[in-house]
Amino acid sequence: MSGTLARWAMTFGVAMLAGLTLFPLAWMLSVSLMSPLEAADLPPHLLPRTPTLMHYQTLWQRLDLPRYLANSLLLAAATTVLSLLFNTLGGYAFAKLRFAGRERLFRLLLATMVIPAQVGMLPLFLMLKQFGLVNTYAGVILPGMASVFGIFMIRQYARSIPDSLLDAARIDGAGEWRIFRSVVLPLCRPILVTLALFSFLGSWNDFLWPLILLSDGDRYTLPVALANLLGEHAQDTELMMAGAVVTTLPAVLVFLLLQRHYLAGLATGALKE
Amino acid sequence: MRTPLWPPVNSALGFVAPALLLIALFFVLPVAAGLVLSFTDFDIYALGDLDRLRWIGFDNYRRLWNDPLVDRALGNTLYFTLVGGPLSVLCSLGAALLLTRPGLPGVAVWRTALFLPVVTSLVAVAMVWRYLYHPLYGALNHLMAWAGFEPIDWLGDARTAMPAILILAVWKNFGFNMVIFIAGLQGIPARLYEAAALDGAGRWAQFRHVTLPMLAPTIAFVAIVTLIGHLQVFAEPYVMTQGGPADATLTVALLMYREGFRWWNLGYASALALMLFALILIGTGLQAWLRRRGARA
Repeated sequence: MSGTLARWAMTFGVAMLAGLTLFPLAWMLSVSLMSPLEAADLPPHLLPRTPTLMHYQTLWQRLDLPRYLANSLLLAAATTVLSLLFNTLGGYAFAKLRFAGRERLFRLLLATMVIPAQVGMLPLFLMLKQFGLVNTYAGVILPGMASVFGIFMIRQYARSIPDSLLDAARIDGAGEWRIFRSVVLPLCRPILVTLALFSFLGSWNDFLWPLILLSDGDRYTLPVALANLLGEHAQDTELMMAGAVVTTLPAVLVFLLLQRHYLAGLATGALKE
Repeated sequence: MRTPLWPPVNSALGFVAPALLLIALFFVLPVAAGLVLSFTDFDIYALGDLDRLRWIGFDNYRRLWNDPLVDRALGNTLYFTLVGGPLSVLCSLGAALLLTRPGLPGVAVWRTALFLPVVTSLVAVAMVWRYLYHPLYGALNHLMAWAGFEPIDWLGDARTAMPAILILAVWKNFGFNMVIFIAGLQGIPARLYEAAALDGAGRWAQFRHVTLPMLAPTIAFVAIVTLIGHLQVFAEPYVMTQGGPADATLTVALLMYREGFRWWNLGYASALALMLFALILIGTGLQAWLRRRGARA
């Protein structure tokens, strides 16, 4: 009897916590559907009186939203594909191929993870300026094309591939690239999905680097455009919420679809050291 | 166990070289250049004409030492790290403990719900939180008034601006560490708890003598990652308060951004970035030392 009661109390507690956590997101959506100035009503109400999509229309037609959405999608997709390619090649080599100083080099790479990106950011900006890459998509993507974290994740996973499997392919006369494509890549599928999700969301939500590098409104990503919009429309709460929903929703949907891979990968990445 | 057939070395280089080259070119080289830059007076004039660049030794660091704005930024960053970091880790651990209690229905759903803020864009959720904290229309003040308190200008008052940003950060990030803690908790063998219960250990004693020691490596990992993340806090104050009011939320990373990319004092900003690096080194070093001491005790 008391067991059932305790179970109910526990479930209720967790539900409260979840409600509190989701409340700001739910409210963002609700306010984005309110009529102008309705968010300034007192007392505040939770749901719009008559839901309207007018703020989304304003964003879409007057404020260039499709452009920012396309920029964000393009940059996140390109970063994901390229970083996946380079990190997988590198991570597999660190796990399974032989070259001089492999372990020492890997430890060195891991050690660089304590260096904050800010240290290199100013020279990187100057360097890209020299190459004429400031305010270009390429400039935003380049620094994210390979990462120590990505290499680390792939290496941890690829270590579990049995050497005998690779050797069997070698005895059959397969070249190293062929082995990579037909044996290693299919076996690494789960970690590839995880890593793809990490880099897509990381790039989608990245703020500092695109803020620094992109000066031309036409190339802004959604977060940068939204922060910029705040400068002119801070008082239009409902409009800002609609912008926030558009910026949040794609990432949340992608996460919900693939969350199994994301959460599993996060846990292994942290504990499989 | 037989030794594997090793592929030729030069094909291995073909695999690692692209990633290493990219990291060297876009990370290692800029970091080294940042170190060099911090000993120069690189500013907006040097940006136009490199001949104006001068080598000034430790002048940037001397200036940084005497700059009251740096003191302010440093104080705020440490506050955000030393108060916000532990708070965030405690929330994560609490939520993880709650979600791993035996018999809780729908664990996967709750976990997803609590994790959701992590995948949102900070700029986007900052919009809602600015509204929640609004002195007139914000839900928070409305709730406070209902409970009989005076309204507070959360983001406009120097005393409450930093705590307000800190709460946003905890809300946004606690799910990340929670998931790691859940995995760590699930890795503790049930028989340890059974043995402790047989020895008459109550729930608190079990937590103290089974959960905590078994979770120690996870806690150490989470603490380091949280520390590094908190010391670099930038987007929260940038979007919520622009560092105000009266520099109450100015952080080291925000000051570096301002000096570097608004005023183009790239030399001075590089010195600030290196100060941030030094903070991270001190923090991680201190943690490693504490852990070693804890292991010996």
